Amino acid sequence: MAKPADVTDSSWETEVLKADKPVLVDFWAPWCGPCRMVAPIVEELAEEYDGKVEFRKLNTDDNPRTAAKYGVRSIPTLLVFKQGQPVGQIIGFRPKSDLKKRLDEALA
Amino acid sequence: MIKNYDIVIVGAGPAGLAAGLYAARARRKTLLIERNITGGQIALTASIENYPGIMEINGFDLGQAMLQQAEKYGLETAFTKVTKIEPQEGGHLVKTEEGDYMAKAVIVTAGADYNKLGVPGEERLTGFGVSYCATCDAAFFKDMEVAVVGGGDAAMDEGLFVTRYASKVYVIHRRDQLRASAVLQERAFANPKMHFIWNTVVESIDGKDAVESLHLRNVVTGEESDLPVAAVFIFIGQTPNSSFLEGLVEMDAGRHVIVNAWMETSVPGIFAAGDIRNNAARQVVTSAGDGATAAIRADHYISSHFKS
Repeated sequence: MAKPADVTDSSWETEVLKADKPVLVDFWAPWCGPCRMVAPIVEELAEEYDGKVEFRKLNTDDNPRTAAKYGVRSIPTLLVFKQGQPVGQIIGFRPKSDLKKRLDEALA
Repeated sequence: MIKNYDIVIVGAGPAGLAAGLYAARARRKTLLIERNITGGQIALTASIENYPGIMEINGFDLGQAMLQQAEKYGLETAFTKVTKIEPQEGGHLVKTEEGDYMAKAVIVTAGADYNKLGVPGEERLTGFGVSYCATCDAAFFKDMEVAVVGGGDAAMDEGLFVTRYASKVYVIHRRDQLRASAVLQERAFANPKMHFIWNTVVESIDGKDAVESLHLRNVVTGEESDLPVAAVFIFIGQTPNSSFLEGLVEMDAGRHVIVNAWMETSVPGIFAAGDIRNNAARQVVTSAGDGATAAIRADHYISSHFKS
């Protein structure tokens, strides 16, 4: 399993909204310290949920349109999408056990 | 299964990281437990320019550097929350949400959490314009008007950071003068984007799906007003994370752990350092110094109380 791939404003619809599987999107930016701590945890989750959930990351500096559309005003923010609908939202850094719990709740 | 360590450190801010460095270099088997983010409060600080020898550094980077330095000497880490410390025969049992650890000595460097305003709208709009981390969120308010609440170093530091993005930064302070250090005050007053609203408190944070305005009250005149802003950054002091030590060690009225000059608490083998202790100067350098002192003393404590 590769690391979570980048998604952009232009690839958002095909890669997230029209995805068959649930998608977790990590909203981040290079200047955000806590985002750099979330990234390796999201990579671990991507391996653990391989086949069940797609993982993407979105750079909010380069893709402000999508960030604004979902009201992202704080990063890191993780959004979980199912059939194009946001079903879960985690704002701020959380330990891995917390993220897993919240992701499982969103998938249920 | 309970894992055994010489020293368990609770909290990975500058105090805990410095303690970890000293403990690991003393060749003590040492575990550092962190419930959230390495670096603690500084992980969210844009710029630190009062750590001696370092002209300027991003707080997150400084925290990571401290961790790497300590890990080089064998410091181990665990990411979970400590729920209780129980003194037992032969050491202290450190209970966490994910397993227990036995330690000959414990150094508590759990720090302090930022205070909330406790006003209507604050919790509901957190992440939607209510922020406790300017470095995380300021960029989302480019060319907008925002507010900072508080008058200390954190409020000025973060407020100045926000001016990089926002068109106007209102500083709302309940007194008529700042508590911040002179250098930060000078810089804040000289910044044309910073506007000060004195003797004023926030009564509520209003907005439908995101922050739209603040309801303010002047504490001198009693006059009420609404201030339209897109975000409010809150820096109004901190409360020590000492609830898991309740009934175990002596604390002062503000729930800070009481220590002596060696960072020893009222319980032998338990040390406290950094923002969680009483009379702390609450600086990166003093916390790091505290941590080093605690580790040196813990090392001595183990030597004199346990057979090698």
